[in-house]
Amino acid sequence: MIHGPHVDWFALSPELALLAAAAVALLGAVLVPRSWRTPFGAGVAAAGFVAAFAFGAVLFARSPHGEAIVAGAMARDRFGALAGLIVAAAGLLAVGLSYGERIREHSGEYYALLAAAGGGMIFLGFADNLMTLFLGLEWFSIALYILCAIDGDRERSLEAGLKYLVVGSFGSAILLFGSALVYGATGKIGFEQIAAATAAQHLKGDALLVGGLAMLLVGFGFKTSAAPFHMWTPDVYEGAPTPVTGFMSAATKTAALAVMLRVLVTAFPAEKQLWTITVAVLVCASLAVGNFAALAQANIKRLLAYSSVSQAGFMLIGVAAANRLGAEAVLYYLIPYGAMSLGAFAVVAARERELDAAVTLDNLAGFGWERPLLGASMATFMLGFAGFPLTGGFMGKFLVFSAADERGWWWLTVVGVLATALSLYYYLGVVRAMYMRPSEELQLAAVGGSPPRELMLQTVATACLVITVASFVFVQPLLDLCQKAAAALPY
Amino acid sequence: MLTTVLIFLPIAAALAIWILPLSRYAAGSFALLVSLVEVGLWIDALLRFDFGSPKLQFAQQTDWISSLGVSYSVGLYAFSLWLAGLSVVVMAAAVAYAFWAGRERARAYFGLMLFLTGAVIGVFSSQDLLLFYAFFEMMLIPLYVLVGVWGGPGRRAATIKLVIYTMVGSLLMLAALVVYGLDEGTFDLNRMQPSNNTWIFLGFAVAFAIKAPLFPLHGWLPDAYRKAPPEVAAVLSGVVSKTAVYGFLRIAIAKFPEPVHDFRVPILVLATIGLLYGSLLAFRSPDVRGVIAYSSLAQMGLITLGLFAANDLGFDGAILQSVNHGLVSAALFLLAAMVERRTSTGEFDRLGGMARGRPLLATLLITAGVLTLAVPFSANFAGEFLVLAGVFQQGWAYGALGALAMVLAAMYALRLISAVLHREPGVAVSDAALDLRPAELGVVVPLVGCLIALSFWPAAISGHAFGGNKATGAVTSQFAAASLASQPYPSSLPMNCVITKTGSRCQQVFPARKAASK
Repeated sequence: MIHGPHVDWFALSPELALLAAAAVALLGAVLVPRSWRTPFGAGVAAAGFVAAFAFGAVLFARSPHGEAIVAGAMARDRFGALAGLIVAAAGLLAVGLSYGERIREHSGEYYALLAAAGGGMIFLGFADNLMTLFLGLEWFSIALYILCAIDGDRERSLEAGLKYLVVGSFGSAILLFGSALVYGATGKIGFEQIAAATAAQHLKGDALLVGGLAMLLVGFGFKTSAAPFHMWTPDVYEGAPTPVTGFMSAATKTAALAVMLRVLVTAFPAEKQLWTITVAVLVCASLAVGNFAALAQANIKRLLAYSSVSQAGFMLIGVAAANRLGAEAVLYYLIPYGAMSLGAFAVVAARERELDAAVTLDNLAGFGWERPLLGASMATFMLGFAGFPLTGGFMGKFLVFSAADERGWWWLTVVGVLATALSLYYYLGVVRAMYMRPSEELQLAAVGGSPPRELMLQTVATACLVITVASFVFVQPLLDLCQKAAAALPY
Repeated sequence: MLTTVLIFLPIAAALAIWILPLSRYAAGSFALLVSLVEVGLWIDALLRFDFGSPKLQFAQQTDWISSLGVSYSVGLYAFSLWLAGLSVVVMAAAVAYAFWAGRERARAYFGLMLFLTGAVIGVFSSQDLLLFYAFFEMMLIPLYVLVGVWGGPGRRAATIKLVIYTMVGSLLMLAALVVYGLDEGTFDLNRMQPSNNTWIFLGFAVAFAIKAPLFPLHGWLPDAYRKAPPEVAAVLSGVVSKTAVYGFLRIAIAKFPEPVHDFRVPILVLATIGLLYGSLLAFRSPDVRGVIAYSSLAQMGLITLGLFAANDLGFDGAILQSVNHGLVSAALFLLAAMVERRTSTGEFDRLGGMARGRPLLATLLITAGVLTLAVPFSANFAGEFLVLAGVFQQGWAYGALGALAMVLAAMYALRLISAVLHREPGVAVSDAALDLRPAELGVVVPLVGCLIALSFWPAAISGHAFGGNKATGAVTSQFAAASLASQPYPSSLPMNCVITKTGSRCQQVFPARKAASK
C-alpha cells in the first residue's frame, strides 16, 4: 500500500477544469453530430477557460501566503495564480478567435488540445520543482505541436508542426539535461531546497550547478523565443493556424516567463550575478535580432513573430533587473502584451479569411478604411507594441525600464529605448499599409459581396482593444495584483 | 475641473465622431462646434484667472500609479493659460478651414483633429512628468496619420522623418524621466527637487529641441511643413512647436538650474545660428510654405534665445512671441492654403500679381506679412524687442545678431508678399481665381484680429505671464512649488497600505533612492 501525498485539489482546480473540458470536447468529437461539433467543442473549451479563470481568481484571493503543496511539487501562491489568470483569459480569447477558422476535419480535437495546452501552461506556472517544471513544459508543448500541424491540408502547417516539434524537443531536452546537472550538484529538485543546498554546501560557482543553470536558461530561451534561441519562431508563427499562433504568442510567453522568474529567483539566488548578466545578454540579443529582422518582413505573421522576439527582449529586462519591481513589471507587461498579440492575430485572421491568402504588408493596403473597427484595433495594437501612450504597452515598457533603473542598470533602459526607436519603423509600417497606401496600390478583396461579419472575431478584437487601453488607464489596480503576485517570490 | 474638461472634451468628441455614423457635414460641424466650445471654455478660464497669483490654478490631482508616485495632475499657470489659448484658437481655425475645404474621410479627419486638440492642451497643463510624456507622445499619433493620409505628394518620406526625429527625442526623454522620477521617488513636478544631472537634462533638452525644432535638429521641418495638409502645417508650426517652449520652461529650465547654466552659451549660440540660418533659408526659399517653414525655424530660435536669457524680459518676451508666432504662422499657412487652392501651386515662379482684383486676399496677406516682419508697434515687434533686450544682458552679440535677423525677416516677408501679390500675374494665376470667400475670411480674420488686438496691448501677455510679473522668481522657485504643498497629500513616499483587523499596516513598497540612502 503506497500512501500518496496530501493533494490540495482546490489548488489544482484551474488545471482540472481545463482537463475536464478537454476530455468532454474529445468525447464530443466522437459522439456529437458533425454539424454540431465546432459549436460544441468551442463551447466546452470556452467553459473550461472561464472555469479556470474563475477558479484561478478564487485561488488568487485565498492564497495570500504562498505554500508548497502536493509534497512540495507545486506552489500554491498568487504568482502562479496571476499567471494562470492571464493564460486562461488568453485561452478564452483564442477560442473566440478559432471559432470562424476553417478547421475542416478535427474541430473537436482542436478545442480539446487548446484546453489541454491551457491546462499545461497554468500547471507550469505553479511548478515548484524540476520534475513538475519539465512535466508542465512537455504537457503544453505536446499539445501545441499537434495544434500547429492540425490543418493537415496545408503543407505550411505540417512544416510548422514538425519544426516546432524538433526544435522544441531540443529545447526541452537541454532543459532536462540542465535539471539533471542541477540535481547532480545539489541533490535536490525542489526550488527552495536547491537554494538552501547551494547555501549550505557552499556550491556558489560550482561547475555542475552553473552548467545546469546555463542549460535551464537555454531551455527558457527556447520557450520565451528569446534570441538566439528564436529560430523556430518565424516559421512556426507563419505556418501554424493563425488562432494557434495568437494563443502561442500570448499564453506560452506568459507561462514560460512566469516559470523562468520563479526558477531563477527561488532556486538560484546565489548565482544572481551570473544569471542577471546572462539574461541581460539575452535581452540585447532579442532586441537586436527581433527588431532588425522585423524590418525586412513583408508577411505580417512573420513580422509579428519577430516582434514577439523583440517583445520577449523587453519583458526579459524585468527578469534581468532581478528585483521585485522587475517581477511586477513582467507580470504587468504580459497583460497588454497578451491582448495586443491576440488582437493583432485576430485581425490577421480576419484578413486571411477575407482573401484566402497569406496576409502581407501589400495586401493589407486599404484595410483600415474597409474595416474601421478592425483597422483601428490593429493600429492601436501596433502603437501599443511600439510603446505609445494610451496603450498598456507604454506602461509595460515604463515599468520594465523603471525596474532596470532601480537595479542601477540605466544602460539597459537606453538599449530598450534605442530598440523602441528602431521598432517604430515596422510597427508604423503596418499602420501605413492599412491607411496610407495610395488608392492605385489597393489590392481589393476578391469580389463576392462584403466580407463576412464574423461577430465572434470582432468581439475578440474589441475585447483585446479594451484590455490594451484599460491597462493604460487603470494602472494601479492591475499593478496591485502584480505586486501581490510578485510578493510570493523570495526577492 | 475646468482643465480636465478642456483636455477631455475634445477627446470624447473625437471618440463620438469615430463611433457615430455621422455624415461628412455633421462630422465637420460637430467638430467645429466642439472647437468653438473649447474657445468659450478657455475664455471662461481667462476671465476667472487670478493673474496676480503665481500659483497653479484650476488644478486637479488624482492618483494614477500611486506606488510609483505618478498622478493625474493638471492645472494652469498664467503662461500655460496663454499657450492653451493659442492652441484652442488655432485649432478652431484649422478645423473650420478643413470643414470649409471639405477633407476626404471627414469622420476620421475631424476625430483626429479633436484628439490632437485634447493632447496639446494636456501637454500645456500637465503637472506630472509621466502625464506630460503621455500627452507629448499622444500628439504624435494624430499628426502622423494627418500628414500621412491627407498630406500632399511625398508625404511618406515626410511622415517617416517626422516620426523618427520626434520619437528619438521623446524616447531619450523617456529614459531621462525614468531615471529622474525614480531618483526623486515621485513624478509630480511640484514635488520633484531640482537635479544637476547633465545627462538627464540633455535627455529632456534634446527632445524639446527636436520638437521646436532648433538648429541643427530641424531636419524633419521642411518636408513636414510642405507636405502636410496646410491647416495641419498651421497647427504643427503654430501650436505643436510651442509644446517645446512649455517643456523647456516647465521642466528643462525650472528643474535643471545647474546644467542650464553650463549649457547656456552653446544653446544661445545654436539658437542664434538657427535664427540667422532660418531667416536666410526663408529668404532663399522657392515657395510660399518654404518661407513660412523656415521663418518658423528662425522664430523658434528667437523664442529659445528669450527662454535661455534667464531674465524677466526674456521669459516674458518668449511667451509673448510664442503666442504671436503661433497666430501669425497659422494665419500665413492658411493664407498659403487659400493661394494654393486657387492656383494649385505654391511656387513663386508660377505665382504673382494676385493682388489685382483680390483686395481681401492682398490686405490679409500684407497684414500677416507685416506682422511677421515685426514692424514697430506690432505685437511681434514687442515680443522680439523683449527677447532681444533680455538676451542682450547675456551678451551684446546675441542682441546684435538677433537685430540683424529682424532685417532678414523684413526681407523674406516682403519677398513673400511681392512674389505672390505683385509683379506680373504668374502662369498659374488665372483671372477667374476668386478673392477670399466669406468662410475663408471667417477663418483668417480672427487670427489676424487677435494679433492686432495684441499689438495694442502686448502687455496683456507679457505682463501677465508669470503671476505678478516676476518671471525669474517663478522659474527659480520652480513655479511656486509651495502652491500645492498646502493641499493634503498622504505622504511624500509611496506606500502600500492594507487595512487589517487591528488597523492599517503600511509598507513602503518602493523606497525612493534618496530616502533609502539616508
